[in-house]
Amino acid sequence: MSAAEKNLGVGSPGAGLAAARPADGAGRPDAGASRPSAGAPAGGVSALAAEGLTLSWDGEALVTEGIDLAVMPGEVCCLVGRSGCGKTTILHALAGLTTPVSGRVLLHGEDVTGCPGRVSYMLQKDLLLPSRRIIDNVCLPLVLGGMRRAEARAKAEPLFERFGLAGCELKWPSELSGGMRQRAAFLRTYLMGADVTLLDEPFSALDALTRVDVRRWFVGVARELGLSALVITHDVDEAVSMASRVYVLAGAPSAGEPSHVAGEVVVRRADDAPGGFELTDEFLAAKREVMSLLG
Amino acid sequence: MSAPEASELGGGARPRPARRGARARSAAPSRARRVLTPLVAVVALLAVWEAVVDLGLVPNFLLPTPVQVVTALVEDAALLASHSVTTLAEAAAGLVVGVVLGFAFAVLMDRFETFYLAFEPLMTISQTIPTVAIAPLLVLWLGYGALPKVVLVVVSTFFPITVSLASGFRSVDPDVIDLMRTMNASRWQIFWYAKLPAAADQFFSGLKISATYAIVGAVIAEWLGGNAGLGVYMTRVRKSFSYDRMFASIIIISVLSLALMKLVELVQRALMPWKRAERNSNER
Repeated sequence: MSAAEKNLGVGSPGAGLAAARPADGAGRPDAGASRPSAGAPAGGVSALAAEGLTLSWDGEALVTEGIDLAVMPGEVCCLVGRSGCGKTTILHALAGLTTPVSGRVLLHGEDVTGCPGRVSYMLQKDLLLPSRRIIDNVCLPLVLGGMRRAEARAKAEPLFERFGLAGCELKWPSELSGGMRQRAAFLRTYLMGADVTLLDEPFSALDALTRVDVRRWFVGVARELGLSALVITHDVDEAVSMASRVYVLAGAPSAGEPSHVAGEVVVRRADDAPGGFELTDEFLAAKREVMSLLG
Repeated sequence: MSAPEASELGGGARPRPARRGARARSAAPSRARRVLTPLVAVVALLAVWEAVVDLGLVPNFLLPTPVQVVTALVEDAALLASHSVTTLAEAAAGLVVGVVLGFAFAVLMDRFETFYLAFEPLMTISQTIPTVAIAPLLVLWLGYGALPKVVLVVVSTFFPITVSLASGFRSVDPDVIDLMRTMNASRWQIFWYAKLPAAADQFFSGLKISATYAIVGAVIAEWLGGNAGLGVYMTRVRKSFSYDRMFASIIIISVLSLALMKLVELVQRALMPWKRAERNSNER
């Protein structure tokens, strides 16, 4: 049974949300330390791992070479890299939409290389279907899985409040603001119910102020739900503000230099800091480290 | 371009943003104005037409007056109605068959790339063939009954439907399809939830065009041989030189086409409730 199903199933909807944060912080490396990437951090099986992932666009030129990374259960990680360094290609491989030249994708230790439908998936574009009401959009993964519409709606309805969408159930996507649409897309992603969520530049299309709000909201919800997530982005601020660990991707595939993980930065989260985490020294320290790895 | 000209253009370009702003600020014309203005224009034109004939500038046997046309319309109402039923039935039958065939073809083109590559250019070329040119052949092959009429309507409505649906299916964001694949959606589910709604807009535009083609196609086929229908009526009144009846049947054809288009619009509004929300948020 998937994480979302577990959460949804427990007791009253409100209580179910806060429950089930699988293996909270298990195996999280010591804060403040930066160390070279070495696959799964010690302690416990990772929720999602890539082992020596080598990818290409056309079967010839390599985009990435030997990517190792691991997301521990209940952890939000980021993969940050410049535009065109193959981030989305990695995401597609992790989602099982493409098959790597070599290497494996592991989900809780199980080999899922090339199998779509095992992880939840969210893009910069909200990709809401314009022809469906918001509630039916977020229910889509449930309905596609064979659940009856009424049952799916009943399951999704209690979540609207927590996702900041109360009152939007019967609206059409075109009636919502960008931030709201992205929250709806995230609720839909959550209802995909997989243990691991992949997010590709999830909030970078929003305007600056909305972006900061939605990121903070995401960090809170992710913690509450115990999400294991990998956020892929080119935005160092987005990476550091959302993740507890940041993998830095370096390379220039178009110049014949496949991307590789240049290093890994552990972010010392201080989400309760006055004025927000983005104004703390910890944030700046992590950002500086990521920038220097990006070169 | 000479220097003075360029500077003149530059000077002319500057006030443009202001003008555009003014246009945006001025409210859309009121409903009354939108209805009354074209009405006045039509009445004025009819008055000029009536005057031109009444004053003898154009001989009456060549051009009936609007009053004569309306009189003919009223006198022949029963006859026109029965012919209209025939034409409408042929047009509707042809349209239904055309839509079903077009739909099937578009789905095949969407499903099989080879099918698309094979038929896409043929579709475009076949749209340039005038229906008037193939109508006599159809009558020759299929006789004087309803069949050649229906077939001509099918031929002329099939292509706009197929082309609009096929390009509609292709307009889906590939990321939506990727997303649905990660949700383990079946091919049928991707079609039903993403492709079909995405194609709906273009489908209805194509259907609106097809609806007018259907009426015109049926009439053209009737001209070339048949026992009933507005086209048959038109050839008969033309041979008896009663041009007032000719004009009366033209009015009927226009009204039928408009009614069919309106019907398509109503169906579209009922089947695409999200369009209204989109229009509203665009206006905002």
